[in-house]
This record gives sequence, structure tokens and C-alpha cells, in this order.
Amino acid sequence: MSIYVPNSRVRLPQRPGTLANVVIRGARILDPAAGIDREGDLIVRDGVIGGDPDGLEVVDGTGLNVIPGLVDVHVHLRTPGKEHAEDIATGTASAAAGGVVTVLAMPNTQPPTDSPSILGSLLDRAAREAVVPTGFIPAITVGQMGDQLTEHGDLAEAGAAALSDDGVPVANASVMRRALQYQKAADLLFTLHEEDMSLSGTGVMHEGVISARIGLAGIPSVSEAVQVARDCSLAAYEGARIHICHVSARETVEEIRLAKARGVSVTAEVTPHHLLLTDQVVGDDPDPAKFKMNPPLRGSDDREALIEALIDGTLDCIATDHAPHPADEKENPFAAAPFGVIGLETAFAACHTELVVGGRMDLADLVLRMSTNPARIFGLPVPTLAEGARADLAVVDLAATDVVGERPYASKSTNAAFVGMQLTGQVVMTLAGGQDVYRRNA
Amino acid sequence: MSARSSLIRVGDLDVDGIGRILGTAERFGEVMERDIKKVPTLRGRTVINLFLEPSTRTSTSFELAAKRLSADVVSIRGAGTSMDKGETLKDTIRTLEAYDPDVFVVRHPQVGACDVVARHTSAAVVNAGDGTGEHPTQALLDLYTVQREIAPIEGLHVAFVGDVLHSRVARSGISAFRMMGAKVTVVAPPTLVPRYLGEALGTEVSADIRDIADADVVYVLRMQLERMGTGGFVPSLEEYARMYQVNHSRLRTGQRVMHAGPVNRGFEISGKVVDDPSTLIEAQAGNGLVVRMAVLYDMLSESQTAAPGVPGVKLEAA
Repeated sequence: MSIYVPNSRVRLPQRPGTLANVVIRGARILDPAAGIDREGDLIVRDGVIGGDPDGLEVVDGTGLNVIPGLVDVHVHLRTPGKEHAEDIATGTASAAAGGVVTVLAMPNTQPPTDSPSILGSLLDRAAREAVVPTGFIPAITVGQMGDQLTEHGDLAEAGAAALSDDGVPVANASVMRRALQYQKAADLLFTLHEEDMSLSGTGVMHEGVISARIGLAGIPSVSEAVQVARDCSLAAYEGARIHICHVSARETVEEIRLAKARGVSVTAEVTPHHLLLTDQVVGDDPDPAKFKMNPPLRGSDDREALIEALIDGTLDCIATDHAPHPADEKENPFAAAPFGVIGLETAFAACHTELVVGGRMDLADLVLRMSTNPARIFGLPVPTLAEGARADLAVVDLAATDVVGERPYASKSTNAAFVGMQLTGQVVMTLAGGQDVYRRNA
Repeated sequence: MSARSSLIRVGDLDVDGIGRILGTAERFGEVMERDIKKVPTLRGRTVINLFLEPSTRTSTSFELAAKRLSADVVSIRGAGTSMDKGETLKDTIRTLEAYDPDVFVVRHPQVGACDVVARHTSAAVVNAGDGTGEHPTQALLDLYTVQREIAPIEGLHVAFVGDVLHSRVARSGISAFRMMGAKVTVVAPPTLVPRYLGEALGTEVSADIRDIADADVVYVLRMQLERMGTGGFVPSLEEYARMYQVNHSRLRTGQRVMHAGPVNRGFEISGKVVDDPSTLIEAQAGNGLVVRMAVLYDMLSESQTAAPGVPGVKLEAA
């Protein structure tokens, strides 16, 4: 983990709303970063933690946990241009339903978010529509074309949260090097989807035993690992900071571990779907397009490497890569279906089920990786339950089990990889930006 | 979901099912030697052939197979269909579903297309080749050919030579020969073999053409240049031919050569081997018809109880 440097310029607008006034009575209050772990009441008055409980709504917190709200640094809100799949209002409602109190949206929109004016219009829209505080990650290069740098300095001034060319990684090493050099001037973190497209070729799933058996073109693990190796070398050489998106392969974990050991300023995220699923499901399911995303679900050895790396800190945080697509497009044959799955609403339940119920880490460790760490990496306000802090929190029922897909999604899209799975640990209430943004119906 | 059992991959069959189909093909083979080659077996049944990728042998033999069984058959080709107007595969199938077909025979450029079809029809689906995926009826006719022309499959050694990476013929063929108890070796340039093929399909993998020496059957795969793009999988076709071409200098007496066609003479196989009467290439092409008749029969005879009173379903009635 890099040292926490708050980004004072980042803008995280949220729509206006009434401030939360509530007492959560008799819950476990857990905020590992602030050293809080107690049983009792959590008071929120006028959107701020603490104060006088008199006259506030009382919520029975018996058996519930109050934790800092989750921070998701990798989502797709599909605005502008693909509002039929998601928009700022529905995407952030989906976040709220998942206990997520801050999201950062990627720039692969139509047009791409690659200028201060587009960024400005998105920030204005978020200020009217976003259910939770929402930041934006503009492109590194104009049109995500990999040639000309966008105006990094102006974008930083306009409130950008970080920079990324997302699913179209900067192929030209010289362009990437210039971007990293320029970080000293613009001071924005690069968050990198790492893939050497010349190695990925026409691949649509993990290159492994399953792809060999069913004949789908494979995306080799090394297409991720070699790009990570390149960018870690460049970052080390230029003294720059980079963040690696959605690590999927054991080889990549090893590259990051080596880079961290030699002092490179690199952090990394992993998605819930890569922590829970493997390419086996692509071979077994009659409708496998719901498991198509990039990077692809990999082998069981990769999945184990990801979990170990998340435990030992090689991977710093969890992010969903929430990627909504209309059902019509997912109904194509696998190779023609779009990459991506939604994940905001199920991220906590999925990770809690796999990692906490599965005995790999305790709830406090999970909270650090889903809330505190991502906020610190991106220099965002860190959600905390300390007195006087703005209420950015989730109330979770660790015993509640849902079958994914049985409740309607808040997202506009339904392309969930976890559909049909029983997940334990449900978000029952979310306060974000001091506002009361989500209550689960029984 | 498909109500009738479909044939999308070799794994949809077991050893008994394969044996049953090959046995039925044998009996249809006898029918084909008669003056009148048509049987009333599938009268009143409807077969729709949906071929969205080029095909000569497979489409002809499927169409003829359905006709010889007296089914009503409609063949639809990629060019000139409503899919050219942007209709999705799902909507095409739903439209054709209005005619209440019993079987869809589907060729499509993409792996998994038959699964999409099967989700939107109650008819059985036969995969007639889905991109680089599978081609199960080719595998069945290959088994049939070997069994008829050489010996029972069990214990034979079959070497597949060439472009396995892009070959649905190899993927289905390797599975089918393995299932029936053959030993399978793959011999190919390392760039044209999926990385985990050996583990996935239970084969030996070699880069040395001399490793065909021990095989009873040498199955030559076409260099699928149309699927290679600009990838540069081999330095040149000439070098490929020098290193991997199946020709008489690399074959020993008694080895039988197969090829699913179309052949690229002088590249993966020498012209002389193609023309050698001891190869099984012509037999393969000829056997496509009876094996596909057997597949259609096997599929629709299972639904006899669901459609009582349909005349002439029993093979003996021929």
C-alpha cells in the first residue's frame, strides 16, 4: 500500500437529498482502520456520526454489523452513449443497494470521457442524479486511441479521480512512459487494465484446458502479466504511481509481488468474480455468455493465487468492474457476446461468502479491502465510523442469504455472473454522503 | 430448452449411443444399395438446414439424408437470409420455429451457436460445424469409415496431423476416437496446437512428423488459412509442407490416410496420397450420407412415443 495522500481536487458529486437522522440500536460497530469494534448504538444526526439520539428514528440493529461503506474504484456507468445499459442514476442506485458509498466510473463511453468539458458535464449530471458520491476517471489518451495524451493537468483541475484507457490499454510503451513522466505535473493516479492485445488476439476466454476442449480462442495469462511487467518497469524508472485493475492470473500476481518487493509504487485490485469463479463454469453452463468478461475467469490455480495475494496484501483491494450490458447482446453465441458482468449489488455478499464464511479472512480484513484501502489508494475520503465523520456506512446482516437474481436488480442490466448462487451476508441499509440512500425491503 | 436430445458435441453421446448410430448407418448402407434409395421413415417430419458458413459436403449430405428419409427439408444459406438484415440468431430461430420443425441442422461460424439455437427451439439441434468448436457428425462418419474399412476402433492408434488449433474436425474426432478406445497422437507445429490440448482431450502431442510412424490411421487436417488471419502461425506453407506434409516418404505400408476435405493438394497432403486408392478420403465423403441419415433417425425415433401414429417411423417398414 502506498502512503495515503488525499487528492484535494477530486470531485465526488452526489444529488441533493435529505440528511440521515437515525439511531442503529444494539449493533456491532466495526471500523478496523479507526480501531473501532464495539457493541452498541450508532447515532447519525444530520448526516454526521454522533450527537444527540433524541427524536431520531430507531432501527433495531440486533444481530447486524455496521461497517464503513464500500468504495468501488472500477465501475462502468455507461453514460454518455450507452444509457440503455445503465445511467448515472441506476448505476449509483445499484451501488447504494450493495453498500457502496463511492464509485469511480471508467471512461469507455461514447464518446470517451477524454476532455475537461465532457468530464465537466458528467460531474454536473452526477450532481443532479448520483445516489452516492460519484467520481470519474477520464482517458489517458484522446479517444482511448493510445497516441495523444489527454489534458491531464486540466482534467486534474476539473476534478478527475484518476486516469485510465480502461479496456483499450496503452499499447505504445513510449506513450505510456510519457504519461508516467507527466504524472509529476498533473498528479493523477493511472489505473491500468493490463493486456497485451497482440497476445490476446481474438481470444474470448481463458486459455486453458476448457478453451482447448471447447474450441474457443484463448486469452493467455501472460497477455496480462507481460503488460504489468512492462508498466511496473516504466513506473519504477519514472518514479510514478500506478494501480493495476482486476488482476486475474497467477503470473500477474507474481509480477506485482516482485515489483512491490523492489519498491515500485504499484497497487492492485481484484474482482469478486475472479475470486469466486473459474473457467470451469464456461465449459459447464449451457448459457456461458453470462461468464464472459475481460480479463476472463481463469483456472482454479489462478483463483487460489488471487485469494492468497489478497490475504497477504500483494493485491490491495476489491473492485467490481461493474459492466452492464443489455440482455439482448448477451444472447449471442459466446464469441459475439460482449465482455462484462454487473457486480455492485452482490460484491459484499460474494466476498463475504467466499472469504469470511469460507474462513480465509475475518470481516475486518474484508472491510479494509473493500472500503479503506481503495479509498486510500485513490486519495478519496476514507469512510469511517469515527465521531464527527460524515455518514458513509453500510449495515449488513451476515446471516441473511439470498439467491442472486431473485430480487430485482437496481441496475438497469441483469448480466450477473453470480445469478442463481446463494450468497450470505446482505446489505440492509446504506448511508452515503450523509444521506439515507438504501433500505432493503424484507 | 430443446425437448428432444440434440447432438451439439461428441460428449452428448456415450459409447452405446455411438454404437447404436453406427449400427443404424450400417443398415441404411444396405438400403442405399437398392434400386429405390428412399425410405418413408421420417415422412411428415420437418428438417431445417441452417448453413451460415460455407459448406459443400456437409450441407449436401444432410439435405440428401433428410430427403432419403422422406422428411420435408428446407435448406437456408447464409447469404440472402434475414440475418443479412441484422436479425439475430435468436430471432431467426424463433421465426423458423413457427413452422414447427423437428430438427435444426446448424452450421455457424461461431463456437456455441448451436447452444443458442437449442435455447430457443423445442426441435432437436444437430451441430453441422460451429466455428472452431465441434463437428460431431464428421467424427461419427470417421468412426464409421474406420470401423468398416479397417477394424474395430478399440486399440487402434490414430495420429491427427496439422492445424489442430482451428479444427473442429480434430476436436470432435479426437474425443470420439478416444471415447471408442483408440490411442490418439497429435502431430503439429507447436503454434497450431491449443496449449492445453493434451490435458483437455487425453492425447500425446508431438512436433515431430516421424511420430506418425506407429499410427494405424493418419488423419490429415486442412491448413485453415481462412481462420489464420495475419497471425503467421507457420513461417510459410512451403516450410510447413517440407516439415509436416503427409506423403509417401513418411508413410509405411498399411497405414491408412484420412482427410475430411476439402484438401489443399501439395500442402498438408501430397497429391499422390490423395489419389492413392488405399486412402479413406473418398470413403469418408461417401459415408457422410448414411451416417447423417442414422443421426436424424436416431434423434427422431426417440420421440416416437411422443408422436404416436406417425406412419413409417420404424426402419423395418422400409
